[in-house]
Amino acid sequence: MLEITGLHASVGGKEILRGIDLSVNAGEVHAIMGPNGSGKSTLAGILAGRTEYDVTSGTARYQNENLLDMEPEERARAGVFLAFQYPVEIAGVNNAYLLKAALNEVRKHRGEPELDAIEFMTLVKKQLAVLEMSPELLNRPVNDGFSGGEKKRNEIFQMAVLEPKLAILDETDSGLDIDALKIVANGVNALRSSDRSTVVVTHYQRMLNYIVPDFVHVLSGGRIVKSGGKELALELEEKGYGWIDSAPEEVKA
Amino acid sequence: MSATSAMEVSAVYEGYQADFDRLQDGGDMPGVSAPLKLLRQKAMEHFGRLGFPTTRMEDWRFTSVSPIATRPYALGALAEVTTDQIVRFLIPELPGALLVFVNGRLSVSLSETGALPPGVAVQCLGDALATGLDTTEPCLVSLGTEGEQPFSALNTAFLQDGAVIRIDDGVVLNDPVHVVFISTAPGEAVVTHPRVLLLVGENSQVSVIESYAGLRDAGYFTNAVTQIEAGAGSVVHHCKILRESLQSYHVARMQARLARNAVVTSNSITLGGALVRNDIGVVLDGEGAECTLNGLYLAGGKQHIDNHTTIDHASPHCASHELYKGILDGDGRAVFNGKIIVRLDAQKTDAKQSNKALLLSERAQVNTKPQLEIFADDVKCAHGATVGQLDEDALFYLRARGLGREEARRILIQAFATDVLNRVRHKPIQMELGRILLDRLPTIATGETA
Repeated sequence: MLEITGLHASVGGKEILRGIDLSVNAGEVHAIMGPNGSGKSTLAGILAGRTEYDVTSGTARYQNENLLDMEPEERARAGVFLAFQYPVEIAGVNNAYLLKAALNEVRKHRGEPELDAIEFMTLVKKQLAVLEMSPELLNRPVNDGFSGGEKKRNEIFQMAVLEPKLAILDETDSGLDIDALKIVANGVNALRSSDRSTVVVTHYQRMLNYIVPDFVHVLSGGRIVKSGGKELALELEEKGYGWIDSAPEEVKA
Repeated sequence: MSATSAMEVSAVYEGYQADFDRLQDGGDMPGVSAPLKLLRQKAMEHFGRLGFPTTRMEDWRFTSVSPIATRPYALGALAEVTTDQIVRFLIPELPGALLVFVNGRLSVSLSETGALPPGVAVQCLGDALATGLDTTEPCLVSLGTEGEQPFSALNTAFLQDGAVIRIDDGVVLNDPVHVVFISTAPGEAVVTHPRVLLLVGENSQVSVIESYAGLRDAGYFTNAVTQIEAGAGSVVHHCKILRESLQSYHVARMQARLARNAVVTSNSITLGGALVRNDIGVVLDGEGAECTLNGLYLAGGKQHIDNHTTIDHASPHCASHELYKGILDGDGRAVFNGKIIVRLDAQKTDAKQSNKALLLSERAQVNTKPQLEIFADDVKCAHGATVGQLDEDALFYLRARGLGREEARRILIQAFATDVLNRVRHKPIQMELGRILLDRLPTIATGETA
């Protein structure tokens, strides 16, 4: 599904990723954990197509295609979804309008017919219920006036509707209370299947109680310094990041 | 000023004088009353004293009217125009009365006032003068013969035809009145001087839409004046839709006086014109009066769009809300000047002004100036101006959801504009403006800065 090899990236001349190797197979959930400034969000941003980072060397292949050569919209249409750490408020753009446009782009790419308004609403209402969101949110501007929790839920709601092949969740747990966290996790888990993969980027182990990963990687100083199973997350939670001997010096993301 | 342009200017004045003399002699509309002739004469003399403004004047610093001042324009004449030719300037499914003026003259065949309720008169100026409108009405006299408004003086000097909408006290007119000014833009350069007079009685309600458009892409000149007298407790909605040819020149002044507790909303949507100057002057002349001025303009290519507004808080407990937004591309230029005056005894004034410009090219420019003159001490006045590009984070967000770059840009530009369009009162107008905007966007917002 996703094959990252020797990925180096910098911003403004400062190196942030220093050789990431990561292989994510279909059906797997990978958690990428690490302290602030370890490069977690940089990695998520590069995978989604943010342009403020310079990839200096290495490759990222998605479904055997060069992901880094694709425009952000091409990645999205091909099934890559980034749940933003900070979802953007867009006044004047209706939430439902954006979602319908996005869904139809994805469907066009898959060679499926576009949905009409009724089909779209049927699909959307089902997912709204899963995420316990008020249908009224559909008619509000994208993230505009949403609480932090509503924004995060809206990200996962979009993901549920778009049904990506590779979902990247960037700190989706931050700002969520435990009830909202469970709801979001339900949404993510509902999407788990043998042909989809999820990369969960998080600082805390908390969300991994609900979205149980197959693999946990610790990112520090722009490198993956440790990989293991789900028990690694618990160990990190218990001992903090300090015990990882090989952690290189702090690098600001 | 060089010798050549001085000669050009003097030829221009002579041209206006010759057309003026013909008009005073009756022109193609004989039977001009003596009081109207006198009013015109005074206005012509006033215009002669003032002359065309120059960029040396503070109010015209960023807007040169030399394409208007150095070229002769023949006075527009009534021409045969069919419904088919103007239908694209009408608003589908908009109910209410329709007045169509062709080259400044009422076209009876294109107009349709329908059955108006008692207490409502929708007339052309000639009929209004014949049925009781007095040429000594302060609103007719003051703009044309006093003050420093040369274009308004010129408009009054050529006062001939125009729309007069009179609402008696206590009358609510639900359906809007749409006044359409069409320039046929024949081969020669033509000027028209449209006039709209909106006299609204106490506790009455009315909505008026003015549209300006040209049939051909040509360098004609429209010099419009609109006056609104809003009686105590009245509610007035005004919407101006400027869709002039992209080669034309348009200068307009709207003057509104609000009596106690009157509420006036103005939406000014500028989608055309090579050179546009919109002046709006509002006087809050009675306690509790409230005005809202919204504006949206598109300036692409080499368009120059200038919006000047003045809100005069002349009484206590009045409120004003102002939101102007502009979208600029190519070599587009825009000016926004928002003056708010709070008089000494206008305590408890609440004035808010916001203007935002979206620059889509590196060469587009906007000059924006809020101007607050506050003489009272217990007031709330807030103003803000932003000039910026499309939000890169928002663009990336939309693209990360699968929308193409062009589509994402279009959506964000539309969202920027919709904020103003949604404040327009009638749904059919909102829809139509949204559609026109969408039509214009491919030419205005390709994202190329070439």
